[in-house]
Amino acid sequence: MDHAIAVRDLVVDRGRRRVLHGVTCAVPRGAVTGLLGPSGSGKTTLMRAVVGVQTVRSGSVTVLGRPAGSPALRSRVGYLTQAPSVYADLTVAENARYFAALHGRGRAEADRSVADVGLADAAGQLVGSLSGGQRSRASLACALVGEPELVVLDEPTVGQDPVLRADLWARFHALAAAGTTLLVSSHVMDEAARCDRLLLIREGRLVADDTPDAVRAAAGVDDLDEAFLRLIRASEAAAGQDDGGPGGGGQDDGGRGGGQADGLGRAAGEGAAS
Amino acid sequence: MNARILAATTGRVLRQLRHDRRTVALLVLVPALLLTLVYYMYADQPTPPGQPSMFDRVALVMLGVFPFVIMFLVTSIAMLRERTSGTLERLLTTPLGRLDLLFGYGIAFGLAAAGQAAIASAVAYWVFGLTTAGSSALVIVIAVVNAVLGVALGLFCSAFARTEFQAVQFMPVVVIPQLLLCGLFVARDEMAGWLQAVSDALPLSYAVEALQEVGAHAEPTATMWRDLGVVAGAVVLALALAAATLRRRSG
Repeated sequence: MDHAIAVRDLVVDRGRRRVLHGVTCAVPRGAVTGLLGPSGSGKTTLMRAVVGVQTVRSGSVTVLGRPAGSPALRSRVGYLTQAPSVYADLTVAENARYFAALHGRGRAEADRSVADVGLADAAGQLVGSLSGGQRSRASLACALVGEPELVVLDEPTVGQDPVLRADLWARFHALAAAGTTLLVSSHVMDEAARCDRLLLIREGRLVADDTPDAVRAAAGVDDLDEAFLRLIRASEAAAGQDDGGPGGGGQDDGGRGGGQADGLGRAAGEGAAS
Repeated sequence: MNARILAATTGRVLRQLRHDRRTVALLVLVPALLLTLVYYMYADQPTPPGQPSMFDRVALVMLGVFPFVIMFLVTSIAMLRERTSGTLERLLTTPLGRLDLLFGYGIAFGLAAAGQAAIASAVAYWVFGLTTAGSSALVIVIAVVNAVLGVALGLFCSAFARTEFQAVQFMPVVVIPQLLLCGLFVARDEMAGWLQAVSDALPLSYAVEALQEVGAHAEPTATMWRDLGVVAGAVVLALALAAATLRRRSG
């Protein structure tokens, strides 16, 4: 029960293609964990496995102490899909109220969650008439309205202007400070620095699982983008030679992730070498 | 199933419908316009002695068949949108149960069909002088059960369509054979044996027979109740099949 999410040797095939090759990682409670990687690296598949809608071939995903997708988890987990999954022919407020009702919340909570994503002025507009960025915020409001303990957000900040992006990240941290666990995917590296912890995934394998500082230290550079590039190169080289993986070997800043890092750095190495 | 979630889902589907004013207008107007067409088509046709007029025969069946066809189409597109827009995937991560969703659609579109059938029946009885031996309320009840059958089949068939083009193609596949074999064009007992057997297996045949019973008898007959029961059974079967197509996990 010490981790919000524990993934062990997760293998997922989509069609004939293997999308995840034995991923092992853990997500600490009450923190923002970034899932970073290029498009097509398996981020969405991993998130779908966490919320329990992905068929998995082998391995296990434990969420809040239960197998992913358990009925008891459905009121405790909020999921934002990559494409905004809200009803285009309903208003923003009607969408939020519907998802609120599914979680046993009322209109007041729904209206507050709409205001929280900065859409109070557009609450009465049909989602179909909104811009892409607004639409994805409407979708975000629906993911957060049930006040879930774990929030899984697939690229929540795509298409948002910089000010809103900063607001959203501030809100994610406020939620984390209040005890919510967030798993947030992004393919933009400048968002990695905003996370408490990072999972870097590439071609279905975990390349790094650490804090941003530890990732920088392991790579020996300050720029996270450059750090990831070095880690990827190192893991490719290691995969060709021996088991000595990259990933900073469980270095931790002793903060929130303290005491939970054991095995994680090693897992990153295994993921890359398998 | 959960009453609160079911009510919220029913309300949500009806709200979506309400925002689509043109669809609402089509639902209300098209049956009335088609009845007008049928009325003038048969206006000068002689009525054989001792039989209902052609208009009475055709309009009665139309009142029952129309909600079935329309609700089948509307539901298969609505459900396909749920699948392709990602809302279904998201719904399945929430406390919503599969039956909450299926019954939510069934109740919402069933209510819409009740409104449609009431208006179409009012036009048929009051404007065009449709006469049935039995009560018009029974005609509306049968129409609503047919509509729910359309919804249930639509929910099921949407699982086999990837695009809206494919979804609308299921209309001729599912609806037209039932329409041809239901006894409206050729009486069922005059068909070849194998066609009769096919007709016996199609739920719309029973719906049409039930309507004809209402047309011919002042009081509800045992045959009518049995037919209605068969259609209701087909609804349950189609919903069970639809539930089986709603998988929480996919590849």
